[in-house]
Amino acid sequence: MQDSIRGKAYVIGDNIDTDQIIPAKHLVYSLSDPEERKLYGKYAFSGVPDAAAGLPHGNVKFAPENDYRSPYQIVVGGKNFGCGSSREHAAEALQIAGVQAVVAESYARIFYRNVVDGAFCMPFESTQRLITEVKTGDELEIDIPAGTLKNLSSGKTYRLRPLGDVLDIIKAGGVFAYARQAGLLKT
Amino acid sequence: MTMTEQVLAGHAGRKTVVPGDNIWVDVDILMTHDVCGPGTIGIFRKQFGPNAKVWDPEKVVIIPDHYIFTNDQHAHRNIDVLRAFVKEQGLPYYYDVGTDKYKGVCHIALPEEGHTRPGEVLFGTDSHTCTAGAFGEFATGIGNTDAALIMGIGKLWVKVPETMRFEFEGPLPPYLMAKDLILHIIGDIGVDGATYRAMEFAGDGVMSLSIEERMTLCNMVIEAGGKNGMIPVDAVTEQFVKSKTGKPYEPVQDNPGARFHSVRRYKSAAIEPTVAKPHSPDNRATARECHGIKLDRAYIGSCTGGKLNDFVAAATILKGRQVKTDTYIVPATTEVARGVATTKLNGETLLETFQRAGAKIAQGASCAACLGGPSDTFGRLNKSEVCISTTNRNFPGRMGSKTAQVYLASPYTVAASAITGTITDPREFL
Ligand code: SF4
Repeated sequence: MQDSIRGKAYVIGDNIDTDQIIPAKHLVYSLSDPEERKLYGKYAFSGVPDAAAGLPHGNVKFAPENDYRSPYQIVVGGKNFGCGSSREHAAEALQIAGVQAVVAESYARIFYRNVVDGAFCMPFESTQRLITEVKTGDELEIDIPAGTLKNLSSGKTYRLRPLGDVLDIIKAGGVFAYARQAGLLKT
Repeated sequence: MTMTEQVLAGHAGRKTVVPGDNIWVDVDILMTHDVCGPGTIGIFRKQFGPNAKVWDPEKVVIIPDHYIFTNDQHAHRNIDVLRAFVKEQGLPYYYDVGTDKYKGVCHIALPEEGHTRPGEVLFGTDSHTCTAGAFGEFATGIGNTDAALIMGIGKLWVKVPETMRFEFEGPLPPYLMAKDLILHIIGDIGVDGATYRAMEFAGDGVMSLSIEERMTLCNMVIEAGGKNGMIPVDAVTEQFVKSKTGKPYEPVQDNPGARFHSVRRYKSAAIEPTVAKPHSPDNRATARECHGIKLDRAYIGSCTGGKLNDFVAAATILKGRQVKTDTYIVPATTEVARGVATTKLNGETLLETFQRAGAKIAQGASCAACLGGPSDTFGRLNKSEVCISTTNRNFPGRMGSKTAQVYLASPYTVAASAITGTITDPREFL
């Protein structure tokens, strides 16, 4: 596990459900095909209504036209991030787009579990509402051992909640590695 | 222990568990479908090897249901992946498209085929797997990675949830349905009000509900963020389950000594016909408060509101009347579709009632426009339509276009609104 994550912020609101993260009509692409899976990065967050896409101003595309890698590596969200369907495509789409961490006020549990068990990115919980503090495009740095997020653009530092129970799974590198450690997998 | 705790303890080989415990549980059934099955299979092969076998073919159930009646070639390829896997693994419970075995929406197909049994642990790669809590079992949705792990070892880690209990006193008045109760609860606690928790439903109001109505209650616990729903097992449950399967099962009992996170008590008769306004299931209002809101479409279908009892309810109101707004009828499963074609209300089948009322009826059973789906999906909202629907989610874009507006309501309320073309309290027609 690395010690710090640095990157540009993409800011979105409360109750961002998995249909907004990756709309249902895109769920037909193969996740196993190395070329086709890139489409998940390309369409990540394409379901967010334009006015709410990239706060505070909105109308910011997450991935540029004709690319599957997003210039934003840290997603900053509000409450209940990832609610809705259980599609793991949502967590994976973020990883494919190059997201390294999500910092949200709270998560819906299936999405959170998917991110952790699939080791797609790091899910942090903030101790305060950050979507009104951080602007899309701000340069952020997360210090994992210290449990802080620094907004390099504004100079302000914020506390993150400890990762708690799931730290063991994150450290192991996902649920398969965790199950191997527990002796549950022979292979 | 609560019922949820008892089921989880039993499946972890422990006498007791308390909320917060992280345990590995034995899985009785793993369900997957056409949207998440191929991804799950991909991870299973990658992790366990190309020649790996599933842990128990009797316990893996595969139900294609999401993108069935579409010309999207990628969607068809997903079904091909499922078919090849089922053949390779010799899985007996596969309900293939284009065959007599085809079912439709997985959460309704599971009980119809006897795969939901009291006291068991069911995981599915779909968030509405919680529907099966209606049978007194632990059932919840998971992602592809967790499902792939279960496929290989038959176990999964679970954090034991706290339980929120919701009791309804008194039978439902004739204009109310379980959908009104659950929309009311979600309005009270919010879309994250039960996050990480079990939601248990009890009281004589709940126990007077049919098994289908109990499924509606548990179906939408995920819309409050809940991990699983749970309803005590009684004669209604046992009679239904025994009519579908001969497999043995061990129910758990509602235990008076159980500790709950919270207990809320409602008087059933005090609840009003309820809707959730755009764009969130907790944006609650009564149907009366929404009176007069103009509609472009009414939709009756899905695992929430596409069961036979839902169509009986809709037909009760539509009988002898005409719809004023485009109305889409989508039976959840082929069995429900047969029921719609054969069940009679005052000498007329439900199907005839819907046809005479001027509704559009889906040619096949599936999830259809509940989740939007490919652009050619039956009933999909492709523009900025205003729709009233018996489905479960109304987040932006859920039923297609992100500029559409979706109101969630019971089949009674949706049918009444279809007749007037505006949101209408069903008491006007009952
Ligand atoms: S009917 Fe809708 S909610 Fe139910 S399984 Fe299908 S897409 Fe999901």
